Amino acid sequence: MSLPARVTTLIVAVLAVVGGVIFVVAHYLLGGPPTVDFAAASSGQVNVTMQTDASSDPAAVPDHPTWVSYFIKSPASGSWVHTTLFQVPAHTRVNVTILGYDGSTPVRNQIWGQVTGVTGGVAHFGSKAVQTVNGWNGPYLIQHTFAIPSLNISVPVEAGPASCTNGPCTGKDHSTTTFSFVTPAQPGAYRWQCFVPCGLDFLDGNGGPMQTIGYMSGNMQVVS
Amino acid sequence: MPAADGTPADGTPADGTPADATAPASAPGEPNHGLRLLLLWLPVALVADLLIWFVWGPHLPPGDLSSSAASQQSDIKIMSVMAAPVMAFVLVYAAYALVVWRHREGDDEDGPPIHGNTRISATWIGVTSVIVLSLAVFGTVELAVPAGAGAGEGNTPIWKPGGGTPLQVQVIGQQWRFTYRYPQFGGFETTSLMLPVGENVQFNVTSLDVIHSFWAYQLGVKADANPGVNNVAYTKPEHTGQVQVRCAELCGLWHADMDNLGQVVSVSAFNAWAASSRTQLAALTKELPPYELTYDPNSVVQLGKAFHQAGLSGAGGSYYGPQYPVQP
Repeated sequence: MSLPARVTTLIVAVLAVVGGVIFVVAHYLLGGPPTVDFAAASSGQVNVTMQTDASSDPAAVPDHPTWVSYFIKSPASGSWVHTTLFQVPAHTRVNVTILGYDGSTPVRNQIWGQVTGVTGGVAHFGSKAVQTVNGWNGPYLIQHTFAIPSLNISVPVEAGPASCTNGPCTGKDHSTTTFSFVTPAQPGAYRWQCFVPCGLDFLDGNGGPMQTIGYMSGNMQVVS
Repeated sequence: MPAADGTPADGTPADGTPADATAPASAPGEPNHGLRLLLLWLPVALVADLLIWFVWGPHLPPGDLSSSAASQQSDIKIMSVMAAPVMAFVLVYAAYALVVWRHREGDDEDGPPIHGNTRISATWIGVTSVIVLSLAVFGTVELAVPAGAGAGEGNTPIWKPGGGTPLQVQVIGQQWRFTYRYPQFGGFETTSLMLPVGENVQFNVTSLDVIHSFWAYQLGVKADANPGVNNVAYTKPEHTGQVQVRCAELCGLWHADMDNLGQVVSVSAFNAWAASSRTQLAALTKELPPYELTYDPNSVVQLGKAFHQAGLSGAGGSYYGPQYPVQP
């Protein structure tokens, strides 16, 4: 092979490797679910509305699986966003409303049937205050949970009257779980997750939506 | 050309053995390199060992919060003290060789061959054998003392602490948090790890889903958490303080966030906390499954009954029906 050909081959190979690295990094940085911003419009407190669905409308999650999932309502547009990333201001009261469009699944550990870390020590299933919900061997009351372990926040989400399989759902019967908490003063990313292994079709329910950001876990980004 | 006495020109005797196979390491007129190396190495090794033992040693991980942690720290100190002279010898020898035996302009001769020097070979083999074998014996003993050295010993531990019944703490791993049950206090379950100082502790480690590993760093305790398996580890907190707990087995998306802080407190503070938790968590404890050493991750005892009450066919008492993948 001539010297120019060898140099050309080397340059092409280097460019291919560099291009590949740039593609992977860009895909990683830009390919994740969007972040819903509640910090910009806050005025003393923040209202976060979410919903859970047994599965999603393929059109709502293009190029992604239609697994069981959370959706978050954008305060700016009022539309449902397929994400589990949201941003809130520090040291601010957050009022959370979770609309339950999924059926019931027991918790694997009844400790997650207990409400902890929220304002007043209770959550509300509709208008009923709850502190401990038997989600392990009692009647069907829980579908998922919302927990921020580092803040010791854990709230069971009331089971819905029926499972909606084309989320995000509107205009159908659903449960309503509400609770409040105060964000920490320390900015940063706070992981939140569902503690019900709800990855149907995966080994012991642990895979799929339980292992993918944007479905049953994500980050609450606290900003100053 | 061979010399007049029959030896080859390079000095090798006619029988093929190196010229100075039994000669001293230094040729006539040469300084005694062995002695010089010894005099250089000895103070370096001594200073290194003293620094390790008295200055660095007390800060070596994982500290001395518990008996097992202190034992591990002591092990690392002893092994460092043994390793430092070896490392010092390598460095001193390399530096000496660079300075004394470096190539000089116009000197194209080979150095004197030392192959077959029995004294050097015997010393080398003897010293390294003593070091390796003594470390093997020391390491084996230290795996067992004290009480399993803080490692998971499986369901039937061989090495147990003496002196009465230890405090039982069940560690339950699940994606992605550890929870703790205290069976001697009514079996309440909490996300807080609280331990009394000066008392033996028995951790019963298990998992509700995948394989985790309970690593209480400052306690020097590390035990795998396997579903369906009870893995026992012992320790004895010797001081009050904070304990960082981490999962040490890659367990899924949020493995890196599976951590929490525990506390070692006085016996009276622990008893007050346990009594208070037992009362506060009474409602939750009533709904927990009965205390067992393991829990079936794919079964909820009353699920079939609840399904029946709800008019659903369900999964027949299992978390998911047989049509879905289950634990192999």
